[in-house]
Amino acid sequence: MTITNNSDASASAKTIIQITGMHKWYGEFHVLKDINLTVLKGERIVVCGPSGSGKSTMIRCINRLEEHQRGKIIVDGIELNDDLKRIDRIRREVGMVFQHFNLFPHLTVLENCCLALIWVRKMPRKKAENIAMEYLARVKIPEQAKKYPGQLSGGQQQRVAIARSLCMSPSIMLFDEPTSALDPEMIKEVLETMIELAESGMTMIVVTHEMGFAKTVADRVIFMDEGQIIEENDPESFFSAPEHDRTKLFLSQIM
Amino acid sequence: MIKNNGFLPALPPPSTSVGVIGWLRQNLFPSPLNTVLTILAIYLIYLVTVPTVSWVFLNADWVGESRNACTSGGACWVFVAARFDLFMYGFYPESEYWRINLAFAILALLLVLLNIRQVPRRGWLAAFTLIGYPVVAFYLFSGGLFGLDEVETSRWGGLSLTLVLSGVGIVASLPIGIVLALGRNSQMPIVKAVSIVFIEFWRGVPLITVLFMSSVMLPLFLPEGTSFDKLLRAMIGIVLFESAYMAEVVRGGLAAIPRGQYEAAKALGLNYWKSMVLIILPQALKLVIPGIVNTFIALFKDTTLVLIIGLFDLLTTIEAGFKDSNWLGYAVEGYVFAALIYWIFCFSMSRYSQNLERKLHTGHAR
Repeated sequence: MTITNNSDASASAKTIIQITGMHKWYGEFHVLKDINLTVLKGERIVVCGPSGSGKSTMIRCINRLEEHQRGKIIVDGIELNDDLKRIDRIRREVGMVFQHFNLFPHLTVLENCCLALIWVRKMPRKKAENIAMEYLARVKIPEQAKKYPGQLSGGQQQRVAIARSLCMSPSIMLFDEPTSALDPEMIKEVLETMIELAESGMTMIVVTHEMGFAKTVADRVIFMDEGQIIEENDPESFFSAPEHDRTKLFLSQIM
Repeated sequence: MIKNNGFLPALPPPSTSVGVIGWLRQNLFPSPLNTVLTILAIYLIYLVTVPTVSWVFLNADWVGESRNACTSGGACWVFVAARFDLFMYGFYPESEYWRINLAFAILALLLVLLNIRQVPRRGWLAAFTLIGYPVVAFYLFSGGLFGLDEVETSRWGGLSLTLVLSGVGIVASLPIGIVLALGRNSQMPIVKAVSIVFIEFWRGVPLITVLFMSSVMLPLFLPEGTSFDKLLRAMIGIVLFESAYMAEVVRGGLAAIPRGQYEAAKALGLNYWKSMVLIILPQALKLVIPGIVNTFIALFKDTTLVLIIGLFDLLTTIEAGFKDSNWLGYAVEGYVFAALIYWIFCFSMSRYSQNLERKLHTGHAR
């Protein structure tokens, strides 16, 4: 098993995700081109860019929902390859929140949260339910535990989805446009949940168009276009003094 | 001036739009053309109903021993009553009817218990119904154990044979169909190819050919001296045939599950089988309940085809009944009775499936 090179202990001890020279193709189409990204433990990163720029695809490579064809992705010391055991280990470390929530509609909110604890972590049901209730309380909807996802509003569903991921106590959380499918009045409750999570020290990579969130929470903002990382900076410099023309154009269009 | 500083009180609707008169006006006589159509339809219903009722009930003969009792000109239900045992049990020995009755009584009891929410450990009960019960029923039917006389399968018949064939078909074809559907969606090329070939082969041949093959051709391929039961061969044929249909129904359900559900399951660390069993199949099967039950109903009626290989199911025993020289000429009564029995079973399945759909609905529209 290839473990990351630990020669430079002080720096790599804090590195939790390392992507080097990653490329991805959909058939002939080159979607990701030479992606290099290092994420430190506890860092909050916002990824933005026009649609089709490959931002979602990039974070989906991190937990192997998409396969990369060249380059290296190392998550928490485990290199991603075709080995299913490794993929499983990484998926247990990495939580993911989707644009369309993807809650399981045939299970109650509580069952949605317990499922992976019981079947992946092999936890007794009672204990799993306690943990699930704890996280549902943290996203402020413990009273909805017995309902089905279809009976909740979009904002509530997304908070359940966040709680469901947190139950597995991941060390990294990926957010794939978590507020894009929500009605405007519900965006706030989800962002507040995410801000709280950021304050608790969670490592987060967030693909979003919510620039307010990026300004208040992010340690770093990454701008992608046409499958490449164009610009990478702290939020203040990123928004006040974008370097690249394409970044300027993008910011002028969305702000 | 009207002073209105609150909401207006609700008024009752005008009498022409509610009640019997309102309903008649809106639904039966809204315009001259519709009035004519309504009257025409009522006349047609009258034309059909009156002779039917008088044949089936009013002029029918119900009691008696032989055809001499049928003198009223209506249906001769004496025929059905006299041959009732044959229709239910085929040529099963009369002294052993209780075994069949007991087997079906146990099944009925299990099904009732399974549908009562308060019954504890329903999961185990369901497992017994699917795995343990068939064994019990088999030994009750065929005997040979615990001092029960052995009854060869060639003597099984009538409605009980129809229920055995369709019961086995239903219970076995669903799981095989699910596995085939998953196989057809598989990433593994060989599994996928085998599933596709299996499904397309069995869907491409008529059931009647399958039954012929199983009863006439198969013994030719087997080494001499080995013979296995004709009923068993027919059952295997039916199960393989129906599971191919079931696979396609289930595949339709799988295709309707959004990709996000698979991804969410993966992202939580569930492996293939866990995500299928816990996440995808429960939703997919629920979506295709109407299709599954449709296939079950078709299967139930298709079992009548076993008559061509000489098995005596319900329809065949009824036909045998009215070909008996004592009862010649009562074919209509026989067929009406057969239709009634088939209808009762099929309609029950259909109602049960609607009930199940309502019960499993969890308030999400998709």
